[in-house]
Amino acid sequence: MNVDVLNRSGTHLSSSNKLMIADCDIHPRIKGVKALYPWLSKRWQEHLETFGLTHRQPYEKGPAYPKAQPMASRRDSFPPGGGGPGSDLAFMAWQHLDPNNVELGILNPLTPSGQGAINPDLSGALTHAVNEWQIEEWTSRDSRLKASIVVPYEDTAASVAEIERYAGNPHFAQVLLLSRTGEPPGQRRYWPIYEAATAAGLPVAFHAFGHGGNPGTAGGWPSYYIEDMVGHAQSSQAGLVSLVVEGVFERIPGLKVVMVEAGSAWAPSLLWRMDRQWRKLKAETPHLQRLPSEYVKSQVWFSTQPLEEPEPREQLLDAIEWLGWDRFVFATDYPHWDFDDPAAALPVRISEENRRKFFRGNAAAVYGR
Amino acid sequence: MAVDFKSFQKPIDCDVHPVVPGLPSLMPYLDDMWREMVLRRGIDELVSISYPTHSPMTTRADWRGADGRTATTPELLAAQALDPFGTGTAILNCLYGVQLPFSEDMGAVFARAVNDWIAKEWLDRDPRLRASIVVPVQSTELAVEEIERLAGDKRFVSVLLLVMGEVPLGRRQHWPIYAAAERHGLSISIHAGSSYRNPPSPVGWTSYYTEEYINQAGAFQTQLTSLICEGVFAKFPGLKVVMLESGFTWLPGYLWRLEKFWKGIRMEVPWVDRPPGQIVREHVRFSLQPVDGPPEAAAMLRLMEHMQSDELLVFSTDYPHWQFDGQDVMPEGFSPELIRKITIDNPLNAFPRLLSGTSKNQAASKQELTS
Repeated sequence: MNVDVLNRSGTHLSSSNKLMIADCDIHPRIKGVKALYPWLSKRWQEHLETFGLTHRQPYEKGPAYPKAQPMASRRDSFPPGGGGPGSDLAFMAWQHLDPNNVELGILNPLTPSGQGAINPDLSGALTHAVNEWQIEEWTSRDSRLKASIVVPYEDTAASVAEIERYAGNPHFAQVLLLSRTGEPPGQRRYWPIYEAATAAGLPVAFHAFGHGGNPGTAGGWPSYYIEDMVGHAQSSQAGLVSLVVEGVFERIPGLKVVMVEAGSAWAPSLLWRMDRQWRKLKAETPHLQRLPSEYVKSQVWFSTQPLEEPEPREQLLDAIEWLGWDRFVFATDYPHWDFDDPAAALPVRISEENRRKFFRGNAAAVYGR
Repeated sequence: MAVDFKSFQKPIDCDVHPVVPGLPSLMPYLDDMWREMVLRRGIDELVSISYPTHSPMTTRADWRGADGRTATTPELLAAQALDPFGTGTAILNCLYGVQLPFSEDMGAVFARAVNDWIAKEWLDRDPRLRASIVVPVQSTELAVEEIERLAGDKRFVSVLLLVMGEVPLGRRQHWPIYAAAERHGLSISIHAGSSYRNPPSPVGWTSYYTEEYINQAGAFQTQLTSLICEGVFAKFPGLKVVMLESGFTWLPGYLWRLEKFWKGIRMEVPWVDRPPGQIVREHVRFSLQPVDGPPEAAAMLRLMEHMQSDELLVFSTDYPHWQFDGQDVMPEGFSPELIRKITIDNPLNAFPRLLSGTSKNQAASKQELTS
């Protein structure tokens, strides 16, 4: 991130620079909705120019909580040719993909992708345009990059159609939802999306953020951006609990879920809690055949960024072990301000085997590439 | 782990729940108008869906009476929750739903009734008992009035809030409650539960009670973020906050994340002038039960190292909620020194009013409470 973080414990940091890595959270910038016009009908172009693109949040432009940095990005990530961070493939390759040995980069396009737009038809039109845009501007130009099928997830039927349209298309590596859904993501209205993704052999990623319209906490709306950011851990916990308790993993055993950019050090405690409380209350959920933690440890992965930073740093290794070294897929969040540098992301004392899993092998298991 | 508490001084149980037997019990403590309202309008029991009466969680099976409930009298509570553990002092946190009515007036009148019922029917009848003041958090003004009304009774040691309310607990509209608590040496106890002004998860209404109960831990996490980031502890340096039935195993991982973002975004909250972990260690405590910990004792002890302090936990049975079986209230492997801290020293630190209880001086009070 854009701060000097003290390494007070004096731990040497593990460099990944000899490894080829997977970066499972790269944000290609959509240079405004006009960039999507080649794939939008005149009807939607006119709609956007008249009514704009609105979400379940207060402002016509900009986020509900002002970000920490312009465009939430690293100050050094603005391409010299203009266009905003993450908008220029050549610059991204020069600054990030080449020096960090990114062999597989998963693209997660965010606003104005149309996800969570108030108007469901507009959401469908925009997300489809974003999918075509990813092929045209990114994946057909750099084979290291793979796209996400961006779906209008509050409209289940349209989402299923979009997944089926791209099933088998080698440009796409996963189906993307945002974590702050309108209702808990395990609820049955969303199941056909997970079934379609599984049928297409694609993992489902829940990326932090979203526009579900619910207060950011169960106790109401927080005041600050720092609360909003820290709170993605709790929103994502609630989403994961919903997926487990509703029985989504039991019903769709082939489903793979990736929790993106919400951290992971909360997961061990959540799994202990789920197991302990479920044992007492399981009469309510006869559809669950296994301990909650077993579903998570076989069907859920966690992207690493923003990786928690305990002092002493070695304590992170406990948290990783409690979840399992095979549960993590490495991510930088390039070009955002809270980018995790692969050269500095892990304390040193880990085995070569775990290092390879963490930076590359687990992603291969999830994405099959 | 079952503990032979006889070898310790008398433990202080910071979270037990007296159950209102029914509205008729509160009728003597309502004013004339509301007594008539209850009868004329057929007002139902204010029992929250946070603890459905017959849910396995709400009452441990071997503690249940014929109607499926317990904890309706001080005698039952003493026999089931105090005597078996040699408990010398227990803090009553009544979960009757006074925070739930949408009417501020109704919330206030029922909060008063519950507090007066607790004082007369519980505190007067067993000298081991202390209590939290329940307040109509629907109105900060009325909540402060209720604190002021009862502050003179030293048997009330804290102010009870639910973890899910209308707006986050750090928001300034709640600050007069914290000012009143600080003024009178009362701690702020935050307990699991909701007034259901918001969906019980940040992604909406859940389908299952199991899910809602699991998510209570996330609500505690976001409220801790709120209290810290809004600057409550900078404004009220004497304030103690105790999280009850919150779980605690989430704390280390939670703080790692909060501190990482604090390093990056602290310009937004300049009053948070120390790493949040330091603030927590100074001001915030967590009840022991439920222990949502790893099954292996060695991992549990590693986790206690991650907590970076042996002063954070305060003993609780969470009676009559079902959190453990038999006497098995302590995690395996806790040392006698740690158990002493959890059962005696930490509660006394978390609830300073325990030492201003019945005796004239603090030393005598401490002696009375713990030996």
